[in-house]
Order: sequence, then C-alpha cells, then structure tokens
Amino acid sequence: MEKIYLDYAATTPVDERVLEAMLPFFGQTFGNPSSVHTFGQRAEAAVETARERMAALLNCQSKELIFTSCGSESDNLALRGVAFARREKNGANHILISPVEHHAVSVTAEQLARLHGFELEFLPVDEHGMVDPDDLAARIREDTALVSVIFANNEIGTINAIAALGAVCQARGVPFHSDAVQAAAHLRLDVQALNVDLLSLGAHKFYGPKGVGALYVRSGTPIVPIQTGGGQEFGLRAGTSNVPYIVGMAQAFELAQRDSNGDPAGLAALRDHLIGCVLETIPDARLTGHPSRRLSNHASFVFKGVDGNALLTMLDVAGFACSSGSACKTGLPEPSEVLTAIGLPREWALGSLRVTLGRQTTAGEVEAFLNRLPELVSRARKA
Amino acid sequence: MSTHTQRVVVAMSGGVDSSVAAALLVEQGYEVIGIMLRLWSEPGLEAFNRCCTPESMALARRVAAHLGIPFYALDVRGVFRETIVQFFIDGYAQGITPNPCGQCNRHIRFGSLLQYALSLEADFLATGHYARLRQDQQGRYQLLRATDRSKDQSYVLSVLNQAQLARALFPIGEFPKSEVRALAARFGLPVAQRSDSQDLCFLAGGDYRDFLRRNAPHTAVPGPIQTRSGKVLGEHQGLAFYTIGQRKGLGIAATQPLYVLDKDPHTNTLIVGSRDELGRDELLASGVNWIAGQPPPGPVRAQVKIRYRAREAWGTVTPLGPDKAHVQFDAPLRDITPGQLAVFYDGEVVLGSGTIMMPPRNEAPLDKA
Repeated sequence: MEKIYLDYAATTPVDERVLEAMLPFFGQTFGNPSSVHTFGQRAEAAVETARERMAALLNCQSKELIFTSCGSESDNLALRGVAFARREKNGANHILISPVEHHAVSVTAEQLARLHGFELEFLPVDEHGMVDPDDLAARIREDTALVSVIFANNEIGTINAIAALGAVCQARGVPFHSDAVQAAAHLRLDVQALNVDLLSLGAHKFYGPKGVGALYVRSGTPIVPIQTGGGQEFGLRAGTSNVPYIVGMAQAFELAQRDSNGDPAGLAALRDHLIGCVLETIPDARLTGHPSRRLSNHASFVFKGVDGNALLTMLDVAGFACSSGSACKTGLPEPSEVLTAIGLPREWALGSLRVTLGRQTTAGEVEAFLNRLPELVSRARKA
Repeated sequence: MSTHTQRVVVAMSGGVDSSVAAALLVEQGYEVIGIMLRLWSEPGLEAFNRCCTPESMALARRVAAHLGIPFYALDVRGVFRETIVQFFIDGYAQGITPNPCGQCNRHIRFGSLLQYALSLEADFLATGHYARLRQDQQGRYQLLRATDRSKDQSYVLSVLNQAQLARALFPIGEFPKSEVRALAARFGLPVAQRSDSQDLCFLAGGDYRDFLRRNAPHTAVPGPIQTRSGKVLGEHQGLAFYTIGQRKGLGIAATQPLYVLDKDPHTNTLIVGSRDELGRDELLASGVNWIAGQPPPGPVRAQVKIRYRAREAWGTVTPLGPDKAHVQFDAPLRDITPGQLAVFYDGEVVLGSGTIMMPPRNEAPLDKA
C-alpha cells in the first residue's frame, strides 16, 4: 500500500517548477556571485533577481532581505544579531518572547540569557497560544532589546495577531521579530501591513528545497552579523551564496504567495471535515490551537491517556505519516513546551497528534485516514 | 497455505546478534520492523549503559536503514524501573541474589514489547538470543539450547510460557558465534567493534555494589559475620556485597579458609564456615515455570543449572504443586544461591525453571566432605 503523507508542516516536496528553475545553476551558471568575472556576474544576477522578486512580494526593499541556510538560522540571526546590537547601542538587556515559539527562537533566547546575561521573559498566552497585545504593552520596557512572537504556530496552528503586536512594539521603539516559517505557505506576508521589523522564512515549508531560508530586516534595525567572514548579504551573513537554492526559494515563494490569497486546493474545507470527524468519532479528543484563527491546512489534537509515540508508530505502520508535539524518535516522549504552556495536563499532552494537509492531499486520502484513526487511537490508549 | 507475508518485530540493540537476526529475517522474506527498547538508566549515566545508549540507538537505526526496514523506539523506562530495577533492589534487601534478566524477558521483552508488536499487527517478536525453538508432536513449543553451547542463552529464556513462545523467533540460535560475525560481514552490517558484555544492562559499566550503594543504601548496612554456631568473627559491609561460596574479601584473619555459607536478612548476619560446611545437595524452587504448560506427573531426571555461568549438575526434580519444585542433586554444590534461577534441562530441551528459595532457617549443616 502506498504511504500517505499528512505531515506538510514538517516539510513539503519540492514543486516541479521550482526544481526546473534551480537546475541551470548547478552546472551551467555555476559561478561564485562574489567573483569579478562574468561567471560570477551571471550567478550574482540570478541571486539579485531572486532577492528582488521576494522583496516585492514581501513589500520591502531588496537590501532588507538576507538569504540564510534555513528558518532556524534566520531566527538565530534575528535573536542574537539584534540582542547584541541593541545592548551595545542602547544598553538594552531584556528579551520578550512567547512560550510557544519554535525551538530555534526559544533555545537561542535561553542561551542568550544563560551565557550572555540577558534577562529573558515569557509573555502570557491564552489556551489557544495567542498573545494579547495589552499583555505585551504591559511588559515591554525601556530596556527591552527585542520582542519575538511566532506568526503561525507549527504545533497547534494558531495565527497570532502580528500586526497588533507589531504596532505596540513600534510605538515603544522596540524591534519586533516574527517567525513566519510556517505561515509563508498559507498566509499573505506583507511586512508593512504586519508591522514587523524582522521576519524569518524557510523554503522547505513552502514547496522549496531544504537548506535555504531568508530573514527580512527592516532598514534601521540595529543588528550585527552572527556568521562572519566575507561581506556577503550586506555584511550580515558571510558565506558563498547558495545560488540554485536561492533561485528555487524565490520561485517557490512566488507560487505560494500567489496561491495564498484564496485556498485553491480547498484544503480548509478538507481540514474542517477531518477535524469534525475526529472530534465526533473519537472519545476524549480535543482540538488544540484556535478553532478559526488557524492555518488552513492544520489539524492538531490531543487524546487523553494516549501514548503519542505509539500512535505515530501505529499510524506509520498502517501507512499514514503524521507527527506530534510530544513524540521523539529516540523513544523519550516528553510533552512539548507549547502544549504545557497552553495549560494541557500531562495526561492529555502526551497524546498529541498533528495532521497537516498539502498540495497533493486528496479527499480519498483523508477518508482512508479517518477510517483507521479511531481504532489506532483506541489501541494506543493506555488501559 | 497462507500467502500472507508474515510481519515480525525484531528487538534491536545495535549489537551484532540482533542486527544479524534482523538481516536473516529480511532474507527469509518476512516483513520486518525493527524496534529498540528505551530502558531505564541512572540519571546522568545514560551514555555509559552497556545497552541502549544514544550511540547504540543510532547504530541500530543505521542497521535498519541498511536493511531497508522501518525502525521505531519504544519507551519502557517507567515499567522497567518499577518491575526490573526495583525487583533487583528488593532482592538484595531480602538477602537474596536476584536475576533481573529472567524477569526482563518475561515482563519487558516478551511482555510489554510483545504486546506492542501485536498491536502493530505483527505475527512474531524476534530477538538476537542464542536459543532455538521446536514444536513437539502435540504442537507444543519447546525451548532448546543454542547450537553454540558457549553462547547459549536459554537460561534467561526459561521463564517464558507457551503463549509467549508461540510468538517468538530466535533466528541466530542455530549458528555459532563465529558464523554470526561472518554473517554480519556478509550482510555488510555496520556493527560496533566492542565485544558483548555480560554485565547487567542498567549498571552503566559499573559494579552492582556501587549501584546498590547509590540507589539502595539500605542494602549496604554493615552487620556481624558469624559462624553457624553463633561465634562473631568480624563485620561485613552489607549482605548484598557477598555471594554464597565466596572465600576472598571477608576481611577476617583465620587459621583456615572461610567461605560464605548463608545470609540472614532478619538479623543482617553473614554466616561463614569451613570448606567442610560448604555444600548443599538440594534446593527448593518457587515460581516454577514449566515450558510445556504444566508440571510433569512425577519426579524427572534433569541437568540443573543454578546460575547462568554454572555447569549443569545432575539431579532429580520433583514438582510440588503447580509452581514449586524440589531438586535433589546427585552431588553437593558449593554455591546454590537463593534468588537465582534454577533451570532444568533434559538434554537440549529446557523443561522449565524456578527461583531458588532461601533454605529453612534452622537447617542442620551437612556432614558430607
């Protein structure tokens, strides 16, 4: 039996059109964009064209877009680069993040606190993982170096009110970063409308290749590079440009942003059908994340008293690839910080399941999944 | 005859035995799934455990990838700590020398893991144990020693029942160890170069005494060393640190060599005596598991192993009810140790096994030389 992929939030296959756009840059136009000669010039032109295309879609200037190796690197550059610059320039020592961030933000912030003496504070969130702009306004200080709140949550799908949060930061003169890695495939990203100073992207979440990402940095934001060396990326990120992947990312981004205005794949309807069925047919099941302000392809559940690791294994053996906020490849399931932060008791949090749809998902696949899931949840439920 | 491909879960450790077992099953046409158990280790010492370190899990994963089979990890830390580690500690507290490996096979490998395998709709659970299975003419399962006597692990599998054996596969039991290594090379399996250790898996390469000192200090309470007649000769460091038949390390100056005869947990006394006093020619076993499913109708002649590494000794095994047995040895043994498994063999076949009980408190000493 063909395996069915329902884990688009983890990664996506590279779109054919993206692969096609990339190929000439492996063998044909292979030069180093930093070189003086025409081999380099052609490669540089391709990188700069990619930059322009993405900047136009993001509604920012070319020079405000930095290419990186992935979303995590973008998060690292945003957090460290701005924290150190703000401390040096303004004596700012305080970092505010939500408790439901991706590890690339939270672990980086924790290291800044532990090794570099920053004061790390977590914003409160409601049971859907949303940050209230009033809570942010109350906690933002004179010495806040930056604020970081994830746009669309990878684990529970909730979409934060980024524009409102950004407005608060803007009023107080504090740089605002948002991890938009998960959001890029489904939501229109206009950095002006969003009121962000920094925005992280990772290509492999929007049908581009793994190994390339980007960081929007609003002009005037204090930031120092964390990867230093040659002067690439306006001196903010050393390293020879990954030309084919950058070209691929721009192509993928264009396709994704063009589609994000509607819901051409009809994923939201399919996803809503899935959620409805699961909550109806499986006892002691809850939807996590906001019921309506959530990513159009994203369904996440917790099942009381279920071993999440066992459920994922059974699903895989049965032919369905999903993921969870509490499973671990090495067999040490711990409830995720996100599920704990939204107040889920351990007994529920250990039984989490994330099902995310994508461009290749069919109604038949979802039906097959819904047919098998109740029995598997029941088997994975402890006595 | 069914054409349905049979699904087997293989318990993998990253070691050469379970890796070759998996490779053989793939070659034989089974649909194989590799699962590694995440067992308990002392906090902070995970990387030093003999088994199931993150390194060995990475190795098992590579073997699975090489064989093209799926690989999953199963967390049994909690149940392992409660049923195996606690059993180990409790045994020493009671003055016996427990064998946790038998417990683990019965409750963890062919307990929790077998249940998990069945929930994945597997037909069998396979391990890399050196042992063999047969069915007799009535269709009952028989557990046999491995072909390679020096590696035979039927001792620790003697605790399994018919239901468990019906679902078991031991692919490497037919092969000598040397051939298993050759098979690993033939299959091109990435395997660790370190040799197999016989130490308990959760001891993190340390001594069981240090483990007990850290985790069960109540088993390390000093007390008197006495002769059978009650004469106090010195002080022991904790009953757990001595084994029956032990001669060295008593810390007593004496005119003749002294041997550990017995332990009395109620008075925390270590009882020692001369060589003449050492030796018993019988034992009582409890919690007896008869592989065939019920005890034999009467006494049977058997070769009995009183420890994993002991040589078999001939004796007569008499069932006492459904779960006890008496063993009368042909000749006295010096190191019958309460808490260990006594395993009864009829040639290659394992008849069953039971846990050696403490002798009755006021047993008269033997006057056999």
